[in-house]
Amino acid sequence: MNHARTRSRSGGWLGLYSWLVFAFLYLPIVVLILYSFNGSGVGGFPPRDLTLSWYRMLFHDAAIWNSVLNSLIVAMVAVGLALAIGIPAALALDRADFPGKAIFRRLVLLPLILPGIITGLSLLMLCVFSGLQLSLVTIALGHGTALIAVATTEIFAGLQKFDRRQEEASLDLGANYWQTFWRITLPNLRLSIIGAALLIFTLSMDEIAVSFFLVGRENTLPLEIWSRLRRGMTPEINAVSTIIFVFSLFTIIIWYRIRTRGEAQQLATPIIQGEIA
Amino acid sequence: MYSRAYKSAVTLPPVAWVTLFLLCAYVILFAHSFWSVRDGQIVRDFTLGNYKQIASSPLYLQVLFRSMKIAGAVTLFALLLGYPVAYYLSFNSRHKNLLFQLVIVPLWVSYLVRAYAWKTILGSDGVLNTSLQFLHFTHEPVSALLYSPFAVVLTLTHIYTPFAFLPIFAALEHIPRNLIEASHDLGGTPLQTFWRVILPLSLPGVVAGATFAFVLSLGDFLAPILVGGPSGIMISNIVVSLFGAAYDWPLGAAISLCMLILVVGLLFATERLEKRFSYQ
Amino acid sequence: MNASLLRIREIRKRFGTREVLRGISLEVAEGELLTVLGESGSGKTTLLRLIAGFEQADSGEILMSGERIDELPSYKRPVNTVFQQYALFPHMNVKENVAYGLRVTGVASSEATQRADQALAQVKMTEFASSSPTKLSGGQQQRVALARALVNRPKLLLLDEPLSALDANLRRQMQSELKSLQREVGISFVFVTHDQDEAMALSDRIALLRDGLLEQIASPSEIYNRPATAYCAAFIGKTNLVRAEVKAGQVSAGALRWRAAQQDGLVLFSIRPESIRVAGGAAQNGYVRFVARITQQMFQGPTRVVSLECGDGTRLEARLRGDTELATQSEFEFDAADAVAVKETA
Repeated sequence: MNHARTRSRSGGWLGLYSWLVFAFLYLPIVVLILYSFNGSGVGGFPPRDLTLSWYRMLFHDAAIWNSVLNSLIVAMVAVGLALAIGIPAALALDRADFPGKAIFRRLVLLPLILPGIITGLSLLMLCVFSGLQLSLVTIALGHGTALIAVATTEIFAGLQKFDRRQEEASLDLGANYWQTFWRITLPNLRLSIIGAALLIFTLSMDEIAVSFFLVGRENTLPLEIWSRLRRGMTPEINAVSTIIFVFSLFTIIIWYRIRTRGEAQQLATPIIQGEIA
Repeated sequence: MYSRAYKSAVTLPPVAWVTLFLLCAYVILFAHSFWSVRDGQIVRDFTLGNYKQIASSPLYLQVLFRSMKIAGAVTLFALLLGYPVAYYLSFNSRHKNLLFQLVIVPLWVSYLVRAYAWKTILGSDGVLNTSLQFLHFTHEPVSALLYSPFAVVLTLTHIYTPFAFLPIFAALEHIPRNLIEASHDLGGTPLQTFWRVILPLSLPGVVAGATFAFVLSLGDFLAPILVGGPSGIMISNIVVSLFGAAYDWPLGAAISLCMLILVVGLLFATERLEKRFSYQ
Repeated sequence: MNASLLRIREIRKRFGTREVLRGISLEVAEGELLTVLGESGSGKTTLLRLIAGFEQADSGEILMSGERIDELPSYKRPVNTVFQQYALFPHMNVKENVAYGLRVTGVASSEATQRADQALAQVKMTEFASSSPTKLSGGQQQRVALARALVNRPKLLLLDEPLSALDANLRRQMQSELKSLQREVGISFVFVTHDQDEAMALSDRIALLRDGLLEQIASPSEIYNRPATAYCAAFIGKTNLVRAEVKAGQVSAGALRWRAAQQDGLVLFSIRPESIRVAGGAAQNGYVRFVARITQQMFQGPTRVVSLECGDGTRLEARLRGDTELATQSEFEFDAADAVAVKETA
């Protein structure tokens, strides 16, 4: 009984500290949400005049909506690009040996590890060097290229859980590599692909460091917010931020559900197939 | 099992794309650092002038050191905040899944949103100042809260703590629980067990988390602009201005390359460190 | 039996809604090797963990040399454990692993080194002192785990299925090494296993656990020859379970009849296959004779297992020596004293 008591005592202090850290992590967000309803804008404490006027203003703000649309387009292109390159890359890393494989793996990961400014600048100089004009296209290219590693990592992990013998069976039964890929491999990777897509989409929607250098005439949402922040603070920003927060929250819950459901499914499949896990 | 054609088909497109868009991009950055600017035009003659300028200019070195100090402080605080939370989640918590998601959510919320939130809080008219005055702790706004290195450290700590938390949590989760029972069985108190067993085995995660936090903080240019003010300028801000108003791409490229080498060197060193400390 | 070292009184433990231990009481004598035997789910590992201090019982007491230890945290108990997967610390070398318990309890560095060296010599692992545990084979890790536990001179050593991860040959070798080690060191060992052959080979006594209850605790020969329950009889070795009616000392089970000092009623008897032999010569006093048809024979070297069917349908298995040809229908016999009445548990 002593043992149990000591445990909860130390657990108590640690727990308290942890909850304080949680508070620290969420405090700014809570403040933001609160103030998005604040009638007198960003200053003053405590907040008064609860109002939805900022949200209403936001609703009529054409520039914001425009940038949201741009962001959506860019994000979807980025997802497509990252998956189109990332899936073969994962397959190559899993199944092929080629000179420079180790370098390739690191190179692909670099944009995720390096500060965004370095990748952004490099891509900017590449565009200028090759005469490519800066626009949403260049932003989408930048996002897609930088986020290949996300796709590759998720798909590669999915491949490890995948039973290769299914592909052998398919080939044995007469299907060629392409058919096997479409009918067997890809469906099995469904969850990894969805998880990767969700992650890439979210990262692209929020991306600013690389976009900063590749932007042309049209702004993405983060760039639009940024330019307004540079000019001065408007409470509209709070409203936009709150909405972004709610969306992100939503997205991560979905992503997590997919992830955990995927693991549960993977545990169940061998039992269905008659083996014992 | 996989034919040469198959392997070529899956290997060539990604390698080609990555070489073209990633490798070439970094190479062009490398090349630019050896060029110079004259009369508003980039001159593509090889020169070491940029590097000489960096090495001899007190301004750049000063800002670089300040950036490293800020990054170092952020790393320290991120570890101090992240490790105990990771420990609590891994060993004490009953609602591990839920709390894990709670830590991850801020990661997914826009960087801009979070940095802006701190700007709101720390400003002269912001929450912190007005509530301090409201509670009569101060009589006028403390202007040093915002637009200072302190604000940058605070904001970046807030943003990168979850980054530090993740690898530490993963490392702690990987520790087989029977090792802890073995330590107790042999007479080790919980404190001794932490110091002699848990901490050493979690070091690879700590190293990874610290690297993340340091590298990303070092290269950050957004938070300094939002909350840093003139005294909070970091090395990346100088680069940004060189690509903007103070038009000198080669110099900016040179500074970026220095940053790149520093970062890659750090990553290399920590990777070897992680390998040395990893026992699986 | 020697003096009692460990006394377990009415231990109950529940996990969620499942009651894993339902009131276990037993004693471990000084210097004995006691095996706790049972199937998975019987509670044997939980019992071990309760003694070690990794779990707390819901009710009951654990006393060592008369003093309660169940309220002490595991790091204060004079008990050490050899874990199932050895649980060696991967970030320390073999010698550091072995010396760990001495270090954390404040033993002087020089003494700790000396004792660690002695312990390593005892398990014949001296040459591996600076190796990393991750580079050792299963058997070698086993020995290091033993040394690490024994170096602390515990009053009691707990072993949690330590041989289950080893292959058959290595297992047999380690079994005999463990037995001689225990004799040499002289302290009590409590050994958990699901392998009844292992239990019978090693133990001074066996405690058979089933569904959280103690079925029987006795020496291997006693458990084998005088099983208390049907479960004991069937779990350890093979047996024939025969249901019989007893009236006024007369036992009748179909074609089988004999006299036994039993109370009236329905009784279950356990008859070991090796007790049955081919009937020859005159009928001896106290022997039960019956005629049966041979349905199957399985040759097993020095003996063969013969499946019998009596006229009334009773099926028995007999283990016979020799390989003389038998007629399809033969007469068999067994000593009535070899029919042991066993309790039937639910």
